[in-house]
Amino acid sequence: MTVFYGYERPDGSVGVRNHLLVLTPMDCSIEPAKKIAAQVEGAVAVTQHHGCGFDWMVANTLIGTGRNPNVAGVLLVGLGCESLTCEVLAEGIESTGKPLETLVIQDEGGSVRTTEKGVRILRGMAEEVSELQRETFPLSKLMLAVECGGSDATSGLAANPAVGVAADMLVDEGGTVVFGETQEMTGTQHVLARRAVDAGVAEEIHAMIGRQELRMRAAGIDSRFMSKGNVEGGLTTIEEKSLGAIRKGGTRPIQGVLGTGREGFDYPSRPGLWLQDGTGSDVPSVTGMVAAGAQVVVFTTGRGSTTGHAIAPVLKVTGNPGTYSRMGDNMDVNAGAILDGSGNLRSVGEGIFSDVVEVASGRMTKAEALGYHDFIVYRTSGLAERLLEVCPPEALRGGRGLSSEAALEPGF
Amino acid sequence: MAKAIQIDERDNVATVTSDVGVGEVVEVLSPEGEVLTSPEMKGEVSFGHKIALKSLEKGDEVVKYGEVIGVASKSIGVGVWVHTHNVESATVPTSAYAEGGA
Repeated sequence: MTVFYGYERPDGSVGVRNHLLVLTPMDCSIEPAKKIAAQVEGAVAVTQHHGCGFDWMVANTLIGTGRNPNVAGVLLVGLGCESLTCEVLAEGIESTGKPLETLVIQDEGGSVRTTEKGVRILRGMAEEVSELQRETFPLSKLMLAVECGGSDATSGLAANPAVGVAADMLVDEGGTVVFGETQEMTGTQHVLARRAVDAGVAEEIHAMIGRQELRMRAAGIDSRFMSKGNVEGGLTTIEEKSLGAIRKGGTRPIQGVLGTGREGFDYPSRPGLWLQDGTGSDVPSVTGMVAAGAQVVVFTTGRGSTTGHAIAPVLKVTGNPGTYSRMGDNMDVNAGAILDGSGNLRSVGEGIFSDVVEVASGRMTKAEALGYHDFIVYRTSGLAERLLEVCPPEALRGGRGLSSEAALEPGF
Repeated sequence: MAKAIQIDERDNVATVTSDVGVGEVVEVLSPEGEVLTSPEMKGEVSFGHKIALKSLEKGDEVVKYGEVIGVASKSIGVGVWVHTHNVESATVPTSAYAEGGA
């Protein structure tokens, strides 16, 4: 049985990092939060940029980020008059039992006093956290998010299938895997639904992808069309393209759909492979999956992405040997070995599985060593979602996708 | 020797890992790296594109990733390039791409 070395949290979850999170409900308090984080080792400040207004979709993503086991302690910094308050975030995070403090700038008497007090609180947390020791845990305590972005013809051929091998290995050892990017599942609903653990989950999968197709039709985009570049690269049908995208999640049964919308934010209720109903844009998609509890991220990229994440290690896998040699400072794994014959899907996949376990146990990814802290909270338009609910589908005329390449490209 | 990868054992197409020319012999590799078959190329095929591993008749399912990605729109011989000119999709006519659409 494979084990990894992690930090046990009071709620029994296991972190693979010991981040201190300075979390602000919106961007009006991010500047002092950044100053606080800059002064304390291991701290990172994050927020959302959707403005002042209460939206559960945004609140739940921030709460999930605070709850993630990679976060050892949380300092909430609010302004005082925002609609989404620190109280709401604290209520969502406190049941984890981790150290949690709140500062409100208007109550503290300005940002300078808040910063001083915040640094002192966080310094205390840093000392407390530094006493935690890594212990061994089974892979049933590990959740991996898989994502693709900046793809090319090697993604569906080498990187995604190899990551799929690693995902299957993790699930077979009792772990949890999640992947999202709903729009990239277009044309594969029948395949995903067939892999659902029961009829209810199959129905959820059809509903999730159907809803996304409706959104795209409403935007004048026919989600069934590929870009010219996709076709020139060798992709013949949208089914082939989407199958290449979902292959990164492996081939195991699908346990359920994790919602990220206003009706509720879901966390996996048992190990196995899960889908997240999320955006096709890379950083917000990763942010959503980490908010749902993923401690490690594997990111496949053919053309080369530099992305990391504020609280989770991101391991980057490229299937393109040229990208690996050109962007060696950013690429962790060369799945291009499959193309030149020096490796095969199975051997590279097994290597990625070992990498995931090592990274979970403390080895830094390249994005971590470079200090990259990507974090973007995604939200759908509440207005558009309401309109879609009441609008008859036949009223939405689909486009040919001519203006849709930008919308279809991200992520794959 | 030129190589192609068969991602799933049920697949009847494989993807070439380099540009290959007419008459070249291509080693088709399994996920474990074993040579499964070595067809001779019946035309030029670019990196990332697919070749047929079995003779397909019009109407036969084209399988990659162990799943149906389309249906042959004409007969396709072993070692022949498989793309929008000889495959039809269940969702979008592939002619849309051949016409320079999408």
